Amino acid sequence: MRRTVTILLLIIVALGISLSLIEIPFGMPKTAIGRHYIDEGIEETGATNIVTSVVINYRGFDTLGEVTVLFIAAIGLGAVLTTSVKGETRKIQPASLVLYTGCRLLFPLILIFGSFIFLHGHLTPGGGFQGGAIIASGFLLIYLGCRERRISRAASNLAESLGGLIFVIIGLLGLVFGGYFLLNFLPKGTANTLFSAGIIPIIYIAIGFKVGSELASIIDNLIEES
Amino acid sequence: MIFVVSFLVVLMLVGAVAASIFRDLISAVIAAAFVSLIASILFYFLQAPDVAMAEAAIGAALTAAIFIIATRRTERFEE
Repeated sequence: MRRTVTILLLIIVALGISLSLIEIPFGMPKTAIGRHYIDEGIEETGATNIVTSVVINYRGFDTLGEVTVLFIAAIGLGAVLTTSVKGETRKIQPASLVLYTGCRLLFPLILIFGSFIFLHGHLTPGGGFQGGAIIASGFLLIYLGCRERRISRAASNLAESLGGLIFVIIGLLGLVFGGYFLLNFLPKGTANTLFSAGIIPIIYIAIGFKVGSELASIIDNLIEES
Repeated sequence: MIFVVSFLVVLMLVGAVAASIFRDLISAVIAAAFVSLIASILFYFLQAPDVAMAEAAIGAALTAAIFIIATRRTERFEE
């Protein structure tokens, strides 16, 4: 009986969703604003990566919200995990020589790749979130391969707070110079060069540091605890 | 092109089904990470390289690591 009712309900839900999906004309532009970003985005923001120009420039305030959500998640995890009693320091079984050497060789390359991703966020695909996640995966490699190493909590907290502060201060400077939060007040330069697009590279560097240190500290908290 | 994408979608479905039926939780996490990896390749084919990068780094690497660390504190095998 219950099974029949469940199946009937599922069929009704599936029918409703598919009927409403048929009505949507996929591949058609729904709004005029998307066309505007594609046509005038490079001229208005100086960033050749249109995704970046939307994320940092047109919708910069939303990005600040996203960064805040990640920050709160990291803080919450740290608060939950550090309230439990710290157990005795267990003897750490060292990783094998191959893993240890491989991790030590790969770690700087991953750091450079992550920094490249967020430094070139306004020119090529990628940006602060992607670069930060790649850097955090490099730290994960260190935790797996060189198990006695630990990143310094103070340094990661400093990078995290500085990243957030720079983001907000640049936004407030836009308020001072032009009248609205996160205004692109620096000169835009020539498109397609590294030093272009005004505040976008600076904000992406800040986000890269912030996201990288946040995700690394989440992993650090979890590994310390387990 | 369409064959490559269809093959990837079939692989992704196999990974998703495997993740839900595996009793060994570590294997299930690996299967879920595999689904994320295929999803990131599909994002690249759909001309969304920004999303593909985030999906590969967070979905395939960091989420899998966090789940594996969590299974160390609980039981590895599901009854």
